Amino acid sequence: MSSRIVALASIGRKTLPNQFDLIALALIFAGFIALVHGSRGMVLPLQAPQSSVTLDYANLPYYALRTTLRMFAAILCSLVFTFTYATWGAKSRRAERFLIPILDVLQSVPILGFLSFTVTFFLGLFPGSTFGAECAAIFAIFTSQAWNMAFSFYQSLRNVPRELNEVSNSLLLSPWQRFWQLETPYAMPGLIWNTMMSMSGGWFFVVASEAISVGDTTVNLPGIGSYLALAIDRKRIDAVFAAILAMLLVIIAYDQLLFRPLVTFSSRFRVESSAGEYEQRSWVIQLFRRTYLLRAIIAVPTRLFQSMALWRLELPFHAEFSEEANRWKERILDFLWIGTGLLAAAFAVGLVYRYVSANLSFSEFGLTIWLTFLTMLRVMALIALASLIWVPIGVLIGLNARLAETIQPLAQFLAAFPANVVFPIAVVMILRFSLNPDIWLSFLIIFGTQWYILFNVVGGASAFPNDLREVAAGFRIRGLDWWLEVVLPGIFPYYVTGALTASGGSWNAAIVAEYVKWGNDTVKAHGIGAYIATATAAGDYPKIVLGVAIMSVFVILFNRLLWRPLSRLAERRVRLD
Amino acid sequence: MLDTALKPLLEVRNVCQSYVTGSGDVGALVLDHVSLSLKDGEIVGMLGRSGSGKSSLLRIISGLAKPIDGEVTFRGQLVRGPFEEIAMIFQSAALFPWLSVLANVELGLRAKKVPRREARARAVRAIDLIGLDGFESAFPKELSGGMRQRVGFARALVVNPEILLMDEPFSALDVLTAETLRTDLLDLWVEGRMPIKSILMVTHNIEEAVLMCNRILVLASNPGRISAEIQVNLPHPRNRLTAEFRQLVDRIYALMTRRTEPAQPSGPFPGLGLGMGLPKVSTNLLAGLMETIAAPPYRGRADMPALAEHYQMEIDDLFPVAETLQLLRFAEIEEGDIKLTAAGSRFAEGDVDVRKRLFGDHLRTYVPLAARVRMVLDERPSHVARAARFLEELEDYMSEDYAEQTLKSVIDWGRYGELFAYDETSETFSLENPT
Repeated sequence: MSSRIVALASIGRKTLPNQFDLIALALIFAGFIALVHGSRGMVLPLQAPQSSVTLDYANLPYYALRTTLRMFAAILCSLVFTFTYATWGAKSRRAERFLIPILDVLQSVPILGFLSFTVTFFLGLFPGSTFGAECAAIFAIFTSQAWNMAFSFYQSLRNVPRELNEVSNSLLLSPWQRFWQLETPYAMPGLIWNTMMSMSGGWFFVVASEAISVGDTTVNLPGIGSYLALAIDRKRIDAVFAAILAMLLVIIAYDQLLFRPLVTFSSRFRVESSAGEYEQRSWVIQLFRRTYLLRAIIAVPTRLFQSMALWRLELPFHAEFSEEANRWKERILDFLWIGTGLLAAAFAVGLVYRYVSANLSFSEFGLTIWLTFLTMLRVMALIALASLIWVPIGVLIGLNARLAETIQPLAQFLAAFPANVVFPIAVVMILRFSLNPDIWLSFLIIFGTQWYILFNVVGGASAFPNDLREVAAGFRIRGLDWWLEVVLPGIFPYYVTGALTASGGSWNAAIVAEYVKWGNDTVKAHGIGAYIATATAAGDYPKIVLGVAIMSVFVILFNRLLWRPLSRLAERRVRLD
Repeated sequence: MLDTALKPLLEVRNVCQSYVTGSGDVGALVLDHVSLSLKDGEIVGMLGRSGSGKSSLLRIISGLAKPIDGEVTFRGQLVRGPFEEIAMIFQSAALFPWLSVLANVELGLRAKKVPRREARARAVRAIDLIGLDGFESAFPKELSGGMRQRVGFARALVVNPEILLMDEPFSALDVLTAETLRTDLLDLWVEGRMPIKSILMVTHNIEEAVLMCNRILVLASNPGRISAEIQVNLPHPRNRLTAEFRQLVDRIYALMTRRTEPAQPSGPFPGLGLGMGLPKVSTNLLAGLMETIAAPPYRGRADMPALAEHYQMEIDDLFPVAETLQLLRFAEIEEGDIKLTAAGSRFAEGDVDVRKRLFGDHLRTYVPLAARVRMVLDERPSHVARAARFLEELEDYMSEDYAEQTLKSVIDWGRYGELFAYDETSETFSLENPT
């Protein structure tokens, strides 16, 4: 079932963080710090490009287009990244040692917190031009999409069935041909599913990254996000609704024109040999198959791609068998490679330490830990709450095939809808009824991510074997027993997938959801998200680094100590197929 | 003319191959100085059980794998990697699911930069030859297992190889489909409609070997080596029911179940003591086989070919069960016959409790790993031990996969014999059964 690919893609064998995770973590943060250092040296103060976003409804279609284009630019970057980074990691044993832990950590870093860094960097790179700001936004979206795509691709490359590999060897395919004829097609279903999930998640980041204030610098790129920011600034609730409507239409178009056709298309690359399973239908694919003109249009690029996939592109030295590997030489190279990695990591730790300690006191450190703890409680409580609500509903929907068929796509659609677009409405309510932000803002964290739980549970329940249901009915297993002994274990793997995705998204959402504005009114909850957002607004870089670093460590531990053991349990114990 | 017929097409000289253990070191030998040759115009069968290294040997010959010692030459040239004149057919057909039948067959040609039109024509010809016309645009998932294997044949033939290597090409198919495919292939071969000069096939089906081959090489296991060579001079088409055919089958059974020489004190399975690799055999099968042999018409002694035919089991199904019984001293195998020991007969007659006690006792006495697990559990005050510790010990002797399978077998057998309990979630052995 397609919905399972996403979680399994991110699960390794190890549970506790090991030395490579620490190295990866240090390298990533040092990289960010170096980025800011470097760019601040270039130009100070930052010059933001001037733009003229207006609240005129007539401009919304244009803004929607700009937002969508940004999204596509980012997904293109993510694909390029996936094809290079993941391939390198899968092909080189040495590179794998560092690349994969780095990817794993990047997956857990709440990238939204680093928005300020990247904005600074890109604005510094292209002072005063819109291009820099566009790059920054695209980069932000890219960082929300690339990691799980690369992970899925890497894992597919590593799991190509042995016999297919042998076939391509005995057919004398060159490495290039093998990559395009075997490895990439094999990785397709996982990659397409992850790309689609990434895009779903990406809308949230597009909206968040179009209008950013770092200290005194404000960036406004024409797009729905900026439109919304302006609406919030001017307290125009009608404009907020217009933005919601525009976003809704964009997501519908994305869902119908891209998501469904591609997922349908990817079923062709599945290796399980039996036909059947449930086929996703798409009217767009039907249209393409039936319309001569459309077929003719795609025929040319298809032909080009096919011939490109057949280039041999052999390296001049044609190694048939890798020459007798010299054990000692290999060991020394390994040693040097790891040594270099360790040195780089040590240097990185030093850099992070110096940067943070020069600017911050020890009490700040304690504060961030406490705040992250609060946010973690919030995330856990809300995942639990969402599960309590959506699991029973999802099961009941999933067991009814016809209902599931309509609800499942709807939930996927809702998961793609960027929740931050509706935040202002919540803020208005909180202000209006003077509610406690620590409690009521929390709901925003889960608002956009709860749907992952719903659609995965629906998927799990519809895949629940009929004979098991009949056995349960035959033994008159009912009520609580039925839930605890029959259905819940059956949908457990699906639930874990959904909850894992939801929790990852929630951590990121916390950065935007704990600190929200309506005109001049600011509503803040106590949590690391608000801490990072405040620091961003003030342009206080050391605090941002500290906040995001502590948050990342929490997220990594949270994933390793809770979600991975649960996923492994789901894999081993309660698999139904 | 005479000269070319005598000169071997392909020669394998003193090839050795070994397992890679879990720690990445060179482990026990899989192939021990194997030599063979392949001449023009013959079908040679390699017959052996799992563990005899027949698939490894095939991969070395095709250039897909590299031996640790020895060499393979084709027409006097050293084989250093896959090359055009050898084509391989895989057990599972191994088609690319995203390519149509035609595209699958064309791929090998297109990869070699054969012009589009020529590749198309040759692929269509190969597809016709193998009886697949009409299916050119179908995708593999639409085809039955037999049809898929036909595509595999077409893909191998289209590149005009001189030698066809086949790795148990019919074993994944049902009996009828396999038979049709075998006869179709034989017809093409006998009529000379394929460009192939020679076929080397790996099989674990004795009848299949006798039906198809001119020459059969019997491989012994642990380490794999050629233990016998049998000429088959029956004319095609061969009839399974003739006396000569049956005699040959019986003879090969006898050869394959010959008492292991004294040089091999470990019995049928590789490795000694703790390092003995165990096959995956369920206790149900063990009990079932003992019951069958004890009952009429066998009454304690059965002819293995008859057993195999009766139960539609190929030797890879039957031998591991029989050999596990031998290991546990419930039965003895001799010259193609299997005979229950006194303990085996008692088992067959006993009720569940007797069986379990007997099985547990024998398991502890004759399977060192089981004895070791039990001993560790007895010695520890907590009576609990983690599975990982035994797995690591095993990985010193064998590959990770094999170690895992061996441990699984011991867990399964130990549970049945109530030697110990095992908890899957925590991966621990204990002495307590849930009450």
